[in-house]
Parts: sequence; C-alpha cells; structure tokens
Amino acid sequence: MTSTLPLLSLLIWLPIAGGALVSLLGSERAGAARWLALAVSVLVLLVSIPLFTGYDADAGTLQFAENHIWIAAIGANYHLGADGISIALIVLTTFTTVLTLLGAWDSVHDKVNQYLAAFLVLEGLMIGVFAAMDALLFYVFFEGMLIPMFIIIGIWGGPRRVYATLKFFLYTFFGSIFMLIALIYLFLQAHSWEMADMANLHLSATAQAWLFFAFLAGFAIKVPMWPVHTWLPDAHVEAPTGGSVILAAIMLKVGGYGFIRFSLPMVPDACQEFAWVVIALSLIAVIYIGFVALVQEDMKKLIAYSSVSHMGFVTLGVFIAMALVRKDGNPDAAYLGVSGAMVQMISHGFVSGAMFSCVGVLYDRVHSRMIKDYGGVVNTMPWFAALWVLFSMANCGLPGTSGFVGEFMVILASFQMNAWVAAAAAFTLIIGAAYTLWLVKRVIFGAVANDHVAHLKDINAREALVLGAFAAGVLLVGVWPAPLTHLMDASVRHVVDQLMQSKL
Amino acid sequence: MPFNIHDIVLLLPEDFLLGAVCAILLVDLFLKPAQRAITHWLSIAALLITIGLILADADPATTAFGGMYVRDGVATVLKVFILGTTAAVFVYSRGYLRDRGLYVGEFYLLCLFATLGAMLLVSAGNLVMVYLGLELLTLSSYALVALNRDSPLSSEAAMKYFVLGALASGMLLYGMSMIYGATGTLDLAQVQKLSAFVAGGAHEHQALLLFGLVFVIVGIGFKFGAAPFHMWIPDVYQGAPTAVTLFIGSAQKIAAFGMAYRLLAGGLDGMQDHWREMLAVLAVASLAIGNVVAIAQTNFKRLLAYSTISHMGFLLLGLLNGTPSGYAAAMFYAIAYAVTTTVAFGLILLLARSGFEAEEIDDFRGLNQRNPWYAFIVMLTMASLAGVPPLFGFFAKLLVLKAAIDAGMLWAAIVAIVFAIVGAFYYLRVIKVVYFDAPEDKSPLVLPADLPFRWLLSLNGVALLVLGLFWGPLIGWCYRALGL
Repeated sequence: MTSTLPLLSLLIWLPIAGGALVSLLGSERAGAARWLALAVSVLVLLVSIPLFTGYDADAGTLQFAENHIWIAAIGANYHLGADGISIALIVLTTFTTVLTLLGAWDSVHDKVNQYLAAFLVLEGLMIGVFAAMDALLFYVFFEGMLIPMFIIIGIWGGPRRVYATLKFFLYTFFGSIFMLIALIYLFLQAHSWEMADMANLHLSATAQAWLFFAFLAGFAIKVPMWPVHTWLPDAHVEAPTGGSVILAAIMLKVGGYGFIRFSLPMVPDACQEFAWVVIALSLIAVIYIGFVALVQEDMKKLIAYSSVSHMGFVTLGVFIAMALVRKDGNPDAAYLGVSGAMVQMISHGFVSGAMFSCVGVLYDRVHSRMIKDYGGVVNTMPWFAALWVLFSMANCGLPGTSGFVGEFMVILASFQMNAWVAAAAAFTLIIGAAYTLWLVKRVIFGAVANDHVAHLKDINAREALVLGAFAAGVLLVGVWPAPLTHLMDASVRHVVDQLMQSKL
Repeated sequence: MPFNIHDIVLLLPEDFLLGAVCAILLVDLFLKPAQRAITHWLSIAALLITIGLILADADPATTAFGGMYVRDGVATVLKVFILGTTAAVFVYSRGYLRDRGLYVGEFYLLCLFATLGAMLLVSAGNLVMVYLGLELLTLSSYALVALNRDSPLSSEAAMKYFVLGALASGMLLYGMSMIYGATGTLDLAQVQKLSAFVAGGAHEHQALLLFGLVFVIVGIGFKFGAAPFHMWIPDVYQGAPTAVTLFIGSAQKIAAFGMAYRLLAGGLDGMQDHWREMLAVLAVASLAIGNVVAIAQTNFKRLLAYSTISHMGFLLLGLLNGTPSGYAAAMFYAIAYAVTTTVAFGLILLLARSGFEAEEIDDFRGLNQRNPWYAFIVMLTMASLAGVPPLFGFFAKLLVLKAAIDAGMLWAAIVAIVFAIVGAFYYLRVIKVVYFDAPEDKSPLVLPADLPFRWLLSLNGVALLVLGLFWGPLIGWCYRALGL
C-alpha cells in the first residue's frame, strides 16, 4: 500500500492545529468551539481509517513511513512509521477522542474552548507517541503529553485537583527522565536516534541491566505497576470524566507500548534476566490491587484500581513471553503472551473508557461518585443499566466480551511457564468478578436508594451514542477478534523474532 | 606593540558601539524628559546596527592588537545574542522605568557600556583584556542596581553586589597573576601552550598554576552565580529594579559563558583534568542549592534567582565536557536560558503598574481568567525552564546531559536530573497559580499601551515553542562556531 498523503503527519498535526483554532475561538463561543472540536476529531477518525484498511498486515513491517531530517547537528530525524501494533493503538486513540469530546458536551461549562483544545492537542501528541520511530521524537511526544493532561486535571478537576495533578506530573516526569538518560546513552553508543539502530546495538550485560531498569522506571510509572501506581487513583478521582477516559483508555497504554518498543528489542537479555521482577510486580498488581479495589467506596477509585489490576495483565503477558524465551526458547508461547498483552490493551481501552463514561453519566446527574449515594438505578435508567452491566461483564472477563480474549491468552501463556503463575493470574477472574459485580449490585440493583435516584432521567441520544459505540467495540473484539489479531499478528511475530536474538 | 590602523577596522562593531554610546550621552544631555524616547530608540538602533556590522563581516577567525582581541565564531554568536537580548531589555523596560521615575538616560548608557564590556570580554585574547571587559561590565552593573537610589532595598542590593563583586574580581586578578607567574605570559594563546606543560609533570611552578586555576574558577563561579558563590544572586535579583534584573539575568549570563570559554577552553585547556572536577562540584552544588531553596520562595524574582543558580549548574555540566561539542552545548544552554528568562522577567514587567511591582507569585493568580494569551506564555516559559519537551529549554538540557554523559560523568547527569524533578515542582506551582487558582480581581488584565513591548513579549514567548520544534539552525550555528 502506497499512499501519497503523509497520513501519520496529518493525524498528528491536524488535531494540534484544530486545537489551536478552537482555543482561539475564545471562551464566549462555547457552542462553536464544541462543534469545531467535534468536527476536527471526527475528521481525524476518518483519516485514521485508511491506516487500518490500507495496512498490509501480512507483511507486519513498518509502513506509511515518513522520514525527514529534523536536527542535523545531532542526527535526530522526523521519522514516523506504523506497524500493526501502532495502528491498533492509533485507531483506539482517534475513536476514543471523538467519544470523549461527545461525552463532555454538557458537563463542562467553564472555559470550554480551552478544555476542548487541550484534548485535541493531547490526541495529536498521543498519536505521535505511537507513530514515532525516532527515539528523541518519541520522547518529545511522550513528555509533551504531560502538559495538556496536567492542565485538564488541574482546571476542570475535583476539589483535590491540584494535589492530584502535581502528583501525576511529578511521578511521570520522574520516571521518564531516567528513560531520557537511557536514550542518551543508547544514542552515544549507536550515534543515531533511530529506534531500529538502537535495537541493533550489542551491549554488555551490565549496560543492559542499567538500561532495563531505566526503561522500567519510565514505563512502569506510566502503566502503572505496583508499587508506583499511587498517582493513578488520585488522578482518576480528581480528573473530569473526559480526562479519566483518556487517561485510562490511552495514556496507560503508552507504558505497555513502551515496553514492547524499547525494552524488548533493545535489551532482550536483561529483559529475560529480570523478567521475574516484572512478573512478580504484575502478579501483585493483579491480586493485591484487586483486593484494594474491592473495598473502595468511590466508583472512580474502584475503576482506577481495577485499571491497575488489568494493566497488570499487560505487563504480565509481555514479560511471561521473555521468561518463556529464557526457559525453553519457545517463540510460539512468547507470541501468545505479547499478543495477549496487546489485545488486553485494546480491550481495556474500550472497557475502562466505557466504565469511566458511565460514571460520568451518573455524576452529571447526581454530582456524586460515592457508591452509597446510589442504588436501584435500573428502576429509573434501564437503558443505562443494561449498558453498565455489559461493560461490567467485560471488566470481569466474561467470554463473548473483549475482556475475555486478552486475559485468556495471557493465562494460557502463563501456563506454559508455570501453573502457579497461571493460577495466580487466573485468580483475578474471581476477584475481578467480585468487585465489579458487587459494584453493579450496589449501584444498579436493589431498591431505589434516595430521591436523587428516583428522579434520574435515562440516557439521552448523545450519551447512548457514546456508550453504544463503546459497547460495539467491546462486543466486536469479544466475538470476532480476528481483524484485530490479524492486524497485529505479523507485527507481534516481528517483535518476538527480535526479542529472541541475544544482544550481548 | 606597533599601532596598526587595520586593527581598528577589525573592531568595527565595538568601535561603532563606543561611538554611538558617546553620541547618545551627548544627545541625552540636551533632551527634555519628555523627549526621552529619542534616547530609547537611538539606543536600540545602535544595538541593532552593531548586530548588523557583526553579521556583515563574516570574516574567518582572526586576532587584533597583538592577540589582545580575538574574533571567531564563538565571539560572533555570543555578541549577536548579547546585543539582541539587550535590545529586548530596552523594549521591555520602557514602561516600567517611566512609571517609577527611572526613565533616565543613565539607564541606557550604563546598559550600553556594560554591553560593550561584555563584547570585549567574549572577544578577549589576553588576561588583561578579560579583566578589562569584565570590569566595564560589572562596574556598570553595580551602578544599574543602585539606579533607584531612594529605595533602601535597591541600595542594599547594590552594596552587596559591589562588595562581593569586588572580592571576586580581586580573586580573579590574583589568580591571573599566579598564572602569569607560572607561565610568564598574559596572552591566552601562549598560556594555552604552556599550561599543559607546566601543570603536567613535576614542573617547579605546578602548584602555583593550580592555585591560579582555583582563583580563576572562583571568579568564573561568581560571574555565573554558581554555588557556593551564589550569595549575591537572590538579593540582587530581588532588590534591583526589575528592568535591571532582566538585564543582569539574561545578557550577562551569555557573557559569563564567554568568559569561562576564553579562560578555560582557551587559556587553561591543558588543565582540563583539574578544572573538570572543580566544575562538577560547582555544578552539583548549584543544582542542589538552586532547586531546593527555590521551593520555599514566594517572591517571583527570588524564585527566578534560585532558578538561575540551578540553570548555571546545568550550563557547567556542558562546559565540563571539555570538547567542542560540550562547549556548543553549554553555549546553546546559555542562549536558551537568556531567551527564556527574558520572557519570564518580561511577564513581571507586563503585570507591574506604578506603585505595584507584581513580583510575588500570588500576583499571577488566576491570570488565565484575566488574559488567556499571556497565561499561555507563562506556561510556555515555566515549562521551558522546567525542561519539558517540546520547548526550547528541554533541548538545551538534553545537549548538556549528553555532554556530561559523553565526558564519563554519568553520576553528575543523574544528580542533575534528580534535581530537575525537584525543579519541575516549583515551576509547575507557577503554572498552577496562573491556571488553577481564582483571581482576586476578575476584571480583564489592563495591558500596557506600549505595543512594541506586547508584540515582542508574545513573539519571545512563542519563540520558546518554535525554537523547541526547529532548533536545528541554532544548534547548527553553535556547532559551526566551534568548528564542528
């Protein structure tokens, strides 16, 4: 597939330019700002479709490449490209952004133009992260994302927003700056910022170990893994609905993506050596954080902890693959692990985005996120209750929903490693079901709890469209994951081939 | 030394500026206070024409007056930015000075003399010339700090600056005399040839030269404001009129880099192993003190003062690499710092009114609701100072970190980034005040009528983003200046 249009550049700069335009509209023209922002995001979604249809998935190579000299003096290039993994995440980004903007239509009234502009700029930067093939360019997008999110949480967030947003920024900044040192070190070795050149380096075991932990600092905080997850519940609770959706659905994925793009190909030997560290942390996240989720009284906090637990599956899948390669050099099982991690990322994008949108729907009406303020919502909001139950089922990993596919693949891969690891991972299916279904029971079912609930109005057409789109995604990936796995299949195999090669 | 008319021609930009300053001095005498704008625009024109003369004469490296004066790529780049930021200082300062009754010819003349000193300093090829340039620069600066002579704070700052500055000059001079004693020459090119020989091996003057180096480093550290020679920075920054702080904080840091480059890279190049360790200590101390103490500040000017100290720590990291690419990184850092800090002080001047200094961080409260555009510029400035991509300041940090790691100083780079995280906190706090807090006075910001000021401030702010995305030409120029 050859395309004359620089699709990836368009995807990055169109929303950023759109965001600038929206912010220039001024805070008085809120209506115009909403329509313009929506138009831009829909346009970006449309532009991202040729990426999906035009990608030659059987080859699994980098396509849609654009390569221009950026800073000649230090050899940095404006090099964009996408393989199946990137494309899946880019389409998830464009899809979720449209729904986020739609979801915030009525719930934000203060400085609407800046709110929408921040989301559009954020969208462009996130797409840039997934498309950058030059390590410096990647880092610029990776860090650049922090500023709009910092603003989003800080201006439109809840009462403790300043604390939450500072914590979010400083945590992420802390991790990524160690990654920067690692990248500079790799640059000095490779004399190039190209990620492909960095992956071709031969490094000593000691150097690899240091680089591995530097990358781990950067990406583990982003994912986030236990014990550096504490910024996430705070950020989620205080963020406006749209901020939570983007944070959970896409920004966390950047961490998982980083492991696959940097740690695995660049320092595979250290990844094998220290796979047990990540596996142990992931299992703690899956189980311990699951228990933590069980006792939450705030719906957003509960879903935030559930996110940490589910993202544990992503890191588990990625590093189970490394452990399997170390154990018996089995590429097929490794493939299953990485593939499962990828499917889990996409699925979690839909499910967590949908769950946070649901909480947003309730919050817009009652202005409370506390579980005790609800009960018997099904009596007044039947359509909403049906969708919520669907998303909850997906969150538990019910077969037929997207949540099942990825978790199943990761557990299957874990089994080839060690039955105990698999058993521990599978435990999440129980604990996940427990906290999710208990949440459903307390919020949706039962008698009508109070006057607020009694006067609830069911979702309107706009909310139905947002939640319906998420539901379609959840069901599609659950029932017919073939297009998604086919898209990523050859690319994941390519990653597995790379991590099989020792770089010592 | 025979007098050669050709040498005068080589110094054409300096000659022109000197002539222009003298002419402005005379013209200003005959002007009524209401006509001060003539002095203002003449000064700016003089600076811009000097830039033009420097750029027009793209002759390769050469020396004049028997090696006293060096003209090379580094001098050209530094002079262009020193003159450019000084011109920006004039544009920014006008309204502020007028509101405070400080709109006098002396401000312009002293700044221009200081600029001339800075030009000679960055072109110095001889220890005497270094001292001469430095004294012209600092003596003018002492007087500038005391410009508001009725303010006790201002006089106190000037006193501190003068006493400590004189002490540092004395140390520098003492160091120079030791270098002269050890090598028998004042010419930096000769010193460069001899210093490696004297410092290495068992030369009888080895200890003398090392002592000389230490005293020279003290002088350089003072000029940069690197810890532990940073004591003057917060008081002077806070006490001086903001317009003067702007001048001391921007153009002079570029000049300080020029001085360090001439002395260390030029003269004492052979003693890299010795000065590298010393600079690493200064860098780490500056990063620690600057960033940690800044957290406790409520005064915006003091915050920027401690921020300067930490930034000078970063700059020294580039310098200690001791190769042309390291010097290029440090030079890029000095320029990036000057451009960014100009915006920061410009924003204080924007908010200041007569009788209101706008120098507390709280004075910026809720700026986003009063004027979103300048709030956005505050955000760009703070993000650039914190080193968040894609802003200018990030790439400057990237280059110096690369230089430090390249020099085998990985530990120093890690210390630097840890303190950069601490630093991010107080820069973010300013963004927080601007964006997340509600203003006491909700009315839209009354902007000064001075259009050139507003346009330049906007341009300068946006430049932080544009130079962050397209910094290739600038770093390319720095690399070429160092022959890379």
